[in-house]
Amino acid sequence: MSTRVDKAAPAGADIDLPTRLRLYQLMVELRDFEQRAYELFLENLVRGTSHLALGQEAISAGYATAMRPDDYTFCTYRGHGHTLARGASMAAAMAELLGRGNGMLHGKGGSMHLTDVKHGAMGSYAIVGAHLPIAAGAAWSAQVRKSGQVAVCFFGDGTTNIGAFHEALNLAVVWKLPVVFVCENNQYMEYTPIRSVTAVEHPAADRAAAYGLASILIDGNDADVVYEMARQTIGKARAGDGPSLVEALTYRHGGHSRGDPAKYRPEAEVREWLERDPVKRYRERLLRLGVAEAEVNEIETRAQQKIDAATDDARNGSPAPVEEIERQVWSDGGAAWRN
Amino acid sequence: MAELSFREAIAAAIAQEMARDPMVYFIGEDVGAAGGVFKATVGLFERFGPDRVRDTPISEQAIIGAAMGAAMTGLRPVAEIMFSDFLATCWDMIANQVAKTRYMTDGQVSLPLVIRTANGGGTRFGAQHSQSLENWGMAVPGLKVVAPSNPADAKGLLAAAIRDPDPVLFFEQKSLYGAKGEVPDGEHVEPLGTAKVLREGKHCTIVALAAMVPKAMQAADRLEEMDIDATVVDVRCLVPLDTATILGEVRKTGRLFTVEENPRLCGWGAEIASIVADECFDDLDGPIVRITTPHVPLPAADVLEDAAMPSTERIVETVKGSMR
Repeated sequence: MSTRVDKAAPAGADIDLPTRLRLYQLMVELRDFEQRAYELFLENLVRGTSHLALGQEAISAGYATAMRPDDYTFCTYRGHGHTLARGASMAAAMAELLGRGNGMLHGKGGSMHLTDVKHGAMGSYAIVGAHLPIAAGAAWSAQVRKSGQVAVCFFGDGTTNIGAFHEALNLAVVWKLPVVFVCENNQYMEYTPIRSVTAVEHPAADRAAAYGLASILIDGNDADVVYEMARQTIGKARAGDGPSLVEALTYRHGGHSRGDPAKYRPEAEVREWLERDPVKRYRERLLRLGVAEAEVNEIETRAQQKIDAATDDARNGSPAPVEEIERQVWSDGGAAWRN
Repeated sequence: MAELSFREAIAAAIAQEMARDPMVYFIGEDVGAAGGVFKATVGLFERFGPDRVRDTPISEQAIIGAAMGAAMTGLRPVAEIMFSDFLATCWDMIANQVAKTRYMTDGQVSLPLVIRTANGGGTRFGAQHSQSLENWGMAVPGLKVVAPSNPADAKGLLAAAIRDPDPVLFFEQKSLYGAKGEVPDGEHVEPLGTAKVLREGKHCTIVALAAMVPKAMQAADRLEEMDIDATVVDVRCLVPLDTATILGEVRKTGRLFTVEENPRLCGWGAEIASIVADECFDDLDGPIVRITTPHVPLPAADVLEDAAMPSTERIVETVKGSMR
């Protein structure tokens, strides 16, 4: 490959080119998946709710790229990207959004609960804050099994005001657990600006000191910055040096959930953040670094093809069979509560 | 056979399972060197060390969340919630996370974990440290619910709960911790989902759980003196529920009484009454009668608490009055 890496790049100057291309490919795929999910919602094919992570792709891509295949990801109901970034099947995810029998969870979980344990995606959790203690528990298990695995737990800015956040942080530090807590500060807790309901300016970073942790605030819209921080914090956890709390600044391009047009956000603010679109920025950076535009286009075309194939699979899937209702409550595969 | 107290039987069960399976870990508040506030885990810390018997902060969400994350990834944790009343502080973890995650992920994860908790009244602790909350667990699909009535079952059922591949809420009645009884020597495991007929009679069936079982047995002795011959069934496990045993005994006697420590509404006895009414209505010779605590928070004063909870006398009077 004839691509030249520009040594003057502001962030992640030592990131090799294959990694950069991987970061871009992942971000494009996650972006396209979410856009397709939105289109299918407009076709009334995605029922219930869905929370898109459009605009937040750099965080998913940056961390997933730095993780070992057996590391654990815990994420929220805004979790399509984090799950796919670990290698989960796009077709199975799309089919799950459509309530199909070929869905990732056979229609029993839906958009808010995508999980693919085989790829280390340990679940998308829909009660704010709940998965922080659970991620700590997976890290505890890795610690006592001496497996070297690390748990990475993603959550929104609103989570920093719920008790489970603080319980998990304290326990993780006291037990020195191999877990990385990543706050995706997209500026809004659902519909309300996070600053207007939080005692400190930086909801996660300003609280780190309370748990004896370094205050870490990064540009969550720069995949290189995220990837570098992921390497540092995952490396620290893997080395037995305990947890980290990272606040990554980012922005939702859309509303909180599918029914939210996000009219409460000032236009200038939206414009400013769209300028910092992580996918657009990274594309420009790759070109500036000398990657041929044809190569970038090829990544984008392949992503579209992948999404199209996944969409076809999902559309062609049968509705989830009603037999699923009483499957998998218990480990015997069934739902019996009496003899 | 050795005579053990209920609390000694609990510690013996955890020790038996920790010795057998290195993946069994035990966490909770004051469970380490302190041996538990009810002294039900004395000796475990000394025997298994601070890695496998871990003290936690007062962080019930972190306790259950940690147990869940560990159970998903290879451990078999036992987590203690000091008083069952505190389940309310971590009910999201139990009802939304622990109970549902296997189902929602279509079986991608198993959750072999036990949540032990001191439950029930009779200790004059007032309404926030005395509730009988088995029904909370019973109402949530995905949780097994166990509440033993004697030391042998405490050991055997707790051992089975720890070996079970699914989450189990294990209720230990505080008023029973000091009760003594014979416990089989060596490894002792009792299957979950099995009720036990403790006494067979001709006239009525009394179904009871946990601390209400010894009261039901005393009541049966007194009723016998009045020529009322009662069967007593110890339910032991609410989920899975051994309806076969209960229905079988009701069919033989034609009458059913439930004795529940919980407040009136939505008690487990109501579910059993419904099943019996559905499935053996024609065998009934009279109404199904539930004996419960009234629908009030449990008061603290001894006279009030004793009068509120079902007593041997109340069971005797209720059965006698209804059988007339």
